[in-house]
Amino acid sequence: MDLAIELVVAIVVGVLVLVAGGVALLRGGRPRGGIDEEFRTELRDQQPTSPPSVAVPPDELEGAEPPLAVDLADPDLADPDLVSTDLVAPAEAPAPAADVEAPPEAPRLTTTERFRARLGRSRAGLGLAMSTIFRRGLDEQAWEELEESLIAADVGVEATMELVEGLRDRARAEGIRTGEGALALVKEVLRLELGVADRRLHRRAEGTSTWLVTGVNGTGKTTSIGKIAARLTAQGDTVVLAAADTFRAAAAEQLEAWGQRAGARVVRAGEGADPAAVAFDGYQAAKAAGADLLIVDTAGRLQNKTALMDELSKVKRVLERDAGPTDEVLLVLDATTGQNGLAQARAFLDAVDVTGVVLTKLDGTSKGGIVIAIQRQLGIPVKLVGLGETIDDLAEFDPDAFVEALFGGGEGSGATAVGDS
Amino acid sequence: MFDALSDRLESAFARFRGKGALTEQQVEDGLREIRLALLEADVNFRVVRTFVGRIRERAVGAEVSAALDPGQQLVKIVHEELVRILGEASAPLDLGSRSPAVVMLAGLQGSGKTTAAGKLAALLKKRGRSVLLVAGDLVRPAAVRQLQVLGERVGVPVYAPVTTGDPVQVARDALHEARRLGAGVVIVDTAGRTTVDEEMMQQAVDIKAAVNPVETLFVIDAMIGQEAVTVAKAFQEAVDFTGVILSKLDGDARGGAALSVAEVTGRPIKFASVGEKLDEFEAFHPDRMAGRILGMGDVLTLIEKAEEVYTEDQAQDLQSKFLSAEFTLEDFLSQMQQVKKMGPLQGLLGMIPGMGRALKDVDLDDAQLKPVEAIIQSMTTQERRDPKILNGKRKKRIARGSGRSAQEVNELLRNFEQMRQLMKSMGGAKGLKGLRGMDPQALMAGGAPDLSALTGAGPRLPVGAGAPAGPGGPDRQLNKRVPARKKKKRR
Repeated sequence: MDLAIELVVAIVVGVLVLVAGGVALLRGGRPRGGIDEEFRTELRDQQPTSPPSVAVPPDELEGAEPPLAVDLADPDLADPDLVSTDLVAPAEAPAPAADVEAPPEAPRLTTTERFRARLGRSRAGLGLAMSTIFRRGLDEQAWEELEESLIAADVGVEATMELVEGLRDRARAEGIRTGEGALALVKEVLRLELGVADRRLHRRAEGTSTWLVTGVNGTGKTTSIGKIAARLTAQGDTVVLAAADTFRAAAAEQLEAWGQRAGARVVRAGEGADPAAVAFDGYQAAKAAGADLLIVDTAGRLQNKTALMDELSKVKRVLERDAGPTDEVLLVLDATTGQNGLAQARAFLDAVDVTGVVLTKLDGTSKGGIVIAIQRQLGIPVKLVGLGETIDDLAEFDPDAFVEALFGGGEGSGATAVGDS
Repeated sequence: MFDALSDRLESAFARFRGKGALTEQQVEDGLREIRLALLEADVNFRVVRTFVGRIRERAVGAEVSAALDPGQQLVKIVHEELVRILGEASAPLDLGSRSPAVVMLAGLQGSGKTTAAGKLAALLKKRGRSVLLVAGDLVRPAAVRQLQVLGERVGVPVYAPVTTGDPVQVARDALHEARRLGAGVVIVDTAGRTTVDEEMMQQAVDIKAAVNPVETLFVIDAMIGQEAVTVAKAFQEAVDFTGVILSKLDGDARGGAALSVAEVTGRPIKFASVGEKLDEFEAFHPDRMAGRILGMGDVLTLIEKAEEVYTEDQAQDLQSKFLSAEFTLEDFLSQMQQVKKMGPLQGLLGMIPGMGRALKDVDLDDAQLKPVEAIIQSMTTQERRDPKILNGKRKKRIARGSGRSAQEVNELLRNFEQMRQLMKSMGGAKGLKGLRGMDPQALMAGGAPDLSALTGAGPRLPVGAGAPAGPGGPDRQLNKRVPARKKKKRR
């Protein structure tokens, strides 16, 4: 027993109480909480007594059911190797099989091609490429500029310092003196680091798999779910979506709109319902319908809000009570996010054991470099990438293309904004 | 958790303390720490470069080297410069004299435009303006519905004639609708866009041309990284915004983007969105933001966390208990549980200025609270209220009941008594008065209560050493700003 733990608590309590009391006085006894807070608290306390309604518009049912029948009838399509396209690898299927077999939608670009094309779009016209840094040779300034370009891509100070230090040692040991050699080395190191992860999206060999989608506000959770659902239903999977974001105004409507586009059924409840209950009912509905996959949408929450993070843990717990371990817990991360992305990943990992990152909005000029730190420090790999606004702008993460893009631009983008000192 | 800049500078200068003026090398070391702190806070690296250049100029002058405490002096300069760039004072919304006055919102996807539109409407309504919200985001599914729901909650009309189609036409028609309704302010929500999508950027330009807004507000997420500069520049070129709304500031991002945007666009940050509730939207405070970027504790977050857990009555009740030393083991147990609700202990301590460093090497795990709880829970109510009645027999019983040793029970009791003394001195009459008038901004700006005396009594304190807390407590220099603070409440 740590002798001083009482003292520590005392300090915190003391400071908190004094501070809170002081502020309460300052505010002149403002009534606690706004309407929304009361509303929300009330709703949180509400137990899952009233089952949420399962809204299935008839046209949606028509859209979803027939392919299911076809799938089950057709032994070829039911074969896990065939069903697994580049997007989803079932738990049992060996990964390479998917590459060998021709995917059902042959004319579509491969995700890698799409990935590169999209990144190329954002890179076009950004001016100087990173490779100019090393043109002169491998002097001190070149290393500094390399550091700077990694920082500019949101890789983060700490990760950058570690990376560059390791690179310097290797360059020295391997006798690399040219800039090009060093740049190739940088890329190789990053590719290797990112390359080791398991990026498959896990599903059960049989029964209804469950995926939970989480993240802070505004990262694109609902949109990503819509895109994932569209991909999977196009493959012939039956997907059910649970609208467990019962907080944000019209979040369920947004998911429903995506469900309609994707041909996936949406289970929802009224605004303010218990999200855990919605997830639970979603699973019941998915199981009853013999669906292949349930995807649970959750409300955006900032990771420092303890109560909301607890709520999320509860959603997962309640879901797993009946459904067993969640097959994927995805953290949706906005590519423009800076160093806070690491704190987000850490908090969501603690709360719900995140298994993969969906990196969204990579179609802008942002590089999403924070995912390097996230994988280095927490071991969470990026599994999917959002590249645009249309329903099929979702791709697998391609480390090679990502690393290329990391050094592809940015130098010119900020150059006109702030003059160098 | 990042160390506060002041701590880092202090350690950078520590080696040279007492040797008079700073050498060039020391200044460079200090500047390096400043650079790293700003980069960690997501300030754009080019902005950091120019910023540090400016600090260097001032630092090599007599200003710093002659100071008694060069580290503190340097922090002061950095803080001043930050405030200067972020704006000396909060910039108000300028709605002009035209009616209806149009306010247009623009920004990246997911930055929080629709929510900001609702919050701004609530704020203006509270100020007695009649507001019309316009649903101009016809891209994101259900964005129109979201605005309608927000409008209902705020109690302002929402003009949403279509859910798909031409937002420029919607914006134009909205002006007629506003005149028809007699609305004095029109807030136009627009679709989120990426800067590389020229078509979408052009659409924003067209909407602006159609409604001629008196204020065009650029909404940006406080969590954004290095790209803040590129994005802000692109939106400035396209819609030439007049002000900025910094959203999601209730997260724990340091928010260096605010500095980047202010520096490269020269436009003021007018509002900060600080919570999910509709009234959690306030004027932007440059000095508070400066403290936050520098990581100078985070008293405000701590206050907010405390407010989530404590009601005002509870807080005042506790205060009086501290003062009269009526604080019992029973209270202690319930407080411990309350504190746990606020998050990990280590994180909470890091938010108290000066505390993070003092306890840097202490690995605090909330599991350490368990044995303490167990011991107290094994006591009867009477024993909790009056530990003096605890004799050897009772202690033995408690030890057995909690599965701890009798020594541990004794230690707990000793520590508790010590803690009670400590609290009394913290909340002593003088200190309490000071805290009552405390200005959270002053705390953020570096006028933080010096809690070092308290941390002296922190972990690993030999039992019985006595709590050295005294006049060095939180009562220092806090009374000055009371009147001003009382006038403008935070919300």
